[in-house]
Amino acid sequence: MAVSALKPNPAMDALSARLSGQVMPKSGAWAKSARADALARLSATGLPARRDEYWLFTRPDTLNQPIPKPAAPFDHSDEDPIFSKVDRVRLIFTDGVFDQAASDDPALAGVEISRLADGGQVDVHWAADLYGVLETRGQKPVARPLATLNTTFASDGVLIRVTGKAAKPVCITYRHADPNSDVLLHHVIRLEPGADLTLVENGAAAARLNTVMEVEVADGAAFHHVRAQGRNHERRAATHIFARLGRESIFKSFTLTVNGALTRNECVIEVNGDDAVAHIAGAALGDGAAGEFHHDDTVFITHDALNCESRQVFKKVLRNGATGVFQGKILVRPGAQKTDGYQKSQALLLDGDSQFLAKPELEIYADDVACSHGSTSGAIDETALFYLRSRGVPEEQAQDLMVIAFLAEALDEIEDEAIGADIHSRLESWLQRRRD
Amino acid sequence: MLNIKGLKVKLEEEDKTILKGVDLEVPAGMVHAIMGPNGSGKSTLSYVLSGRSGYEVTGGTATLDGVDLLDMAPEERAAAGLFLAFQYPVEIPGVGNMTFLRTAVNAQRKMRGEDDLSATDFLKTIRAKAKALKIDAEMLKRPVNVGFSGGEKKRNEILQMAMLEPKMCILDETDSGLDVDAMKLVSEGVNALRDEGRSFLVITHYQRLLDHIKPDVVHILARGRIVKSGGPELALEVENNGYSDILAEVA
Ligand SMILES: Nc1ncnc2c1ncn2[C@@H]1O[C@H](COP(=O)(O)OP(=O)(O)O)[C@@H](O)[C@H]1O
Ligand SMILES: [Mg+2]
Repeated sequence: MAVSALKPNPAMDALSARLSGQVMPKSGAWAKSARADALARLSATGLPARRDEYWLFTRPDTLNQPIPKPAAPFDHSDEDPIFSKVDRVRLIFTDGVFDQAASDDPALAGVEISRLADGGQVDVHWAADLYGVLETRGQKPVARPLATLNTTFASDGVLIRVTGKAAKPVCITYRHADPNSDVLLHHVIRLEPGADLTLVENGAAAARLNTVMEVEVADGAAFHHVRAQGRNHERRAATHIFARLGRESIFKSFTLTVNGALTRNECVIEVNGDDAVAHIAGAALGDGAAGEFHHDDTVFITHDALNCESRQVFKKVLRNGATGVFQGKILVRPGAQKTDGYQKSQALLLDGDSQFLAKPELEIYADDVACSHGSTSGAIDETALFYLRSRGVPEEQAQDLMVIAFLAEALDEIEDEAIGADIHSRLESWLQRRRD
Repeated sequence: MLNIKGLKVKLEEEDKTILKGVDLEVPAGMVHAIMGPNGSGKSTLSYVLSGRSGYEVTGGTATLDGVDLLDMAPEERAAAGLFLAFQYPVEIPGVGNMTFLRTAVNAQRKMRGEDDLSATDFLKTIRAKAKALKIDAEMLKRPVNVGFSGGEKKRNEILQMAMLEPKMCILDETDSGLDVDAMKLVSEGVNALRDEGRSFLVITHYQRLLDHIKPDVVHILARGRIVKSGGPELALEVENNGYSDILAEVA
């Protein structure tokens, strides 16, 4: 029978269903060819599936489905927006659409800011050389189809080229207004030799969010990234950072995540220049009683140069059925001598319902390296809690002190004091709200 | 001040009775000492009074100035004026010593309906008290007890006591692990706090500490009971002859 020759292929069916809902954005020549290339790659890999090695702990279904589950915009008017006290250049997207009127004039000495959606018109050769390029490199050895989907269909994003030391941070704020918004944004950032930029991101963004950020940090440049994924319980987000580091460059990224039904943050870093430093950290707090909470950090760091340092510090505080996932790998290529790799992932389980699933990996092909990794999960230290209480600190306050103490090593990765203090106060408010 | 009557305690998880009816009264302004063999229940008594979990009170009462202690949460007991200097002070990575003390002082004031101590007043007070105990500023900034030597931990306990100004102080083997100089420092710290309105219950193995902190009454706790009470000379008797004579006498 002729029909039986066509074997059913659920993976490809899922992909074609998903693609049928996407619109190919209008774009200039370079973006057009990058998108076409990405579509071809996506057709070969398909969407993430449950049986994929890197999707064993996190169900991709809701990220794959053609239409996102509707999510009511979250009302966070009970506190000032995060980073609002930090002097910054604001770029605002509402449901993925750039809001020029609400944004600041993007004039900042040493920083050129344009938009992907305008990329066909303006001269952005440097972005053409990066768009989809670092993402493609990051597909090996582990496929990251949601990033490829993003390269194919991203409707907009910012293109930032940094030639000097930026006097203040650039802040991308994602606002959410439409309960059905399905947003794909793709940012490309290049720091020229010796340049320095702090980028902060915040906001609820959409019912479903998919972001990719490709970052090239040239020799001697420094990139600082702080991100706050906040408060909206129904958030479903898949984010990717792809970074390539030059000689003596610095890359530091910290993410605060509170709440969110499903958040998958992937970070893929190629440490390619000697004496470079890469630090990635995250603090996540989830309370299943307030809504579903599943948080996944998936990190892949490749060392391919001499005398480099990488540091991963991920901490999760989980309760009432919250789930935390950590998949982190350090790959040391042959010849990457004197690599100093550190990886720590820890969960504080505030009750017996929550779970932490961790897969730390080291793969080392050089002999003169120092790499360590440790993953733990456990409850609050009762002895310490009693000690605090015996001095008069009420139980809940003592518990909060212990939670903040647990997160300290991750929070210490934030270099900017004002930003660090802001993150700190958000954590305290989050804990405070659980008490009332 | 502290009044304990017929206190019986067993372990919550095990069928093991540790205190079998302890009677003890420490009047205001007094220093009482408790001595006793290892495992006789001295630390258990101090933990039960301060509200540590894992113990079940099966009989008796304990009151502080007439208020039932056993009914209160540990923090309420602290606010009511009870303080335990731990035999093994706990290390708390990530919580700064100074933050901890300020949180504790202000939490107690709040529970008593008093205003917060201002940051400057707090700093002034803690600096003076730390200096007397030879605790340097660096130690105050470090996480609670992390990387402290045995002696530093014990001095830190006394500093907390001095800052919190409790009315009933229990010291559980504060002398263990201290050299002669540290013992002098700690004793001076304790003696500086002696006051008509403040009482001490000093748990120790050694007469040594009691040379510095002079007790009014000495009790012997053995096999879960106070088996003998007397003046300071009782401590000397233990020092010279051990517990066997006393235990034989009361058996
Ligand atoms: N939490 C506990 N779990 C198990 N055994 C305990 C616990 N607390 C005390 N004990 C036991 O109770 C007895 C008294 O201990 P403790 O009060 O520490 O004595 P002391 O301080 O006089 O040396 C000992 O036999 C000890 O092993
Ligand atoms: Mg003891």
